[in-house]
Amino acid sequence: MAAPGYAKRTAVQRSSAVIFVTVGSADPFDRLIRAVDEWAGMRGRTDVFAQIGNSRFEARHIEAVQFLSPSEFRQRVRTASLIVAHAGMGSIITALEAGKPIIVMPKWARLGEHRNDHQVATAKRFGQKEGIIVADDEKDLVAKLDREQALCSPTTLLNGASPELLSAVRAFIRREDR
Amino acid sequence: MPLRRERPRKKLFAVASGGGHWVQLLRLSEAFSDCDIVFITVNKAYRADVNGHGFYTVPDGTRKTPMRLILTTLKLLWIICIERPDALISTGAAPGYLALRIARLFRARTMWLDSIANIEQLSMSGAMAGRYADLWLTQWPHLAMRKGPQFKGAVL
Repeated sequence: MAAPGYAKRTAVQRSSAVIFVTVGSADPFDRLIRAVDEWAGMRGRTDVFAQIGNSRFEARHIEAVQFLSPSEFRQRVRTASLIVAHAGMGSIITALEAGKPIIVMPKWARLGEHRNDHQVATAKRFGQKEGIIVADDEKDLVAKLDREQALCSPTTLLNGASPELLSAVRAFIRREDR
Repeated sequence: MPLRRERPRKKLFAVASGGGHWVQLLRLSEAFSDCDIVFITVNKAYRADVNGHGFYTVPDGTRKTPMRLILTTLKLLWIICIERPDALISTGAAPGYLALRIARLFRARTMWLDSIANIEQLSMSGAMAGRYADLWLTQWPHLAMRKGPQFKGAVL
């Protein structure tokens, strides 16, 4: 099945993007896409690639697709030097697994970007970890993007849950948990 | 359970919606190694993440789309009728909750792991799943309660 969404590709075409932007597939996040697009235009950056989901903003300076398959997604993360994303756990965990720095901007319920403000809590809590940088809003995002060279990478996360959780799952499966 | 044919390997259902729910489920998967695993999710493209295992997709219903939730329920009912899991693990969200309820009707043992994104309170589906789950877990120690979910580590 062909992946949908390639119609949204803009004039800028590059095979290897240095900055990979992702907002998940559920709700649109125009605020983030617009801010990154304007930043790329302002700074003359042609190395930004975005997975924009259902966002409606028409990007002019960055290459954008609606969706990526999981393997394309991981490939984009691997070849990027920086991830910019909504404060969703899928994006954060994928960046940590690849050892890539990630700037997260939380979606806000009051703008209808998400059903509640749990991304604000996620950003606050995970923003204390090395390699995860929180941008509170569009202005802050631009300021953080301008400092992208100085961002340090997180320690690469191993491919599995904590040993304690894995043994709890194993015990549950073997029926030893009661 | 005398009516159930004993299988040499347990059949485990692993159920998650898209995005972070799916990524968290995959981080548990090394604990599934002794089972026949059937993954259930909402995006056909995720099949590539779990090659060689059972795989189904169901409509991605949420509480905002009640009609689609009915379709999700019907498809889950059909899958569970056919596959008869011994155990089910879900990391959320609404399809995972429904799968857990149905699998329990078919006498499967059930485990709910609430998403690590739910830091300030349990998700709605997580709170509702609690009374039907044999093992009910949160990933945040401060959300664990004596009559509520337990904390036994996190996916990170």
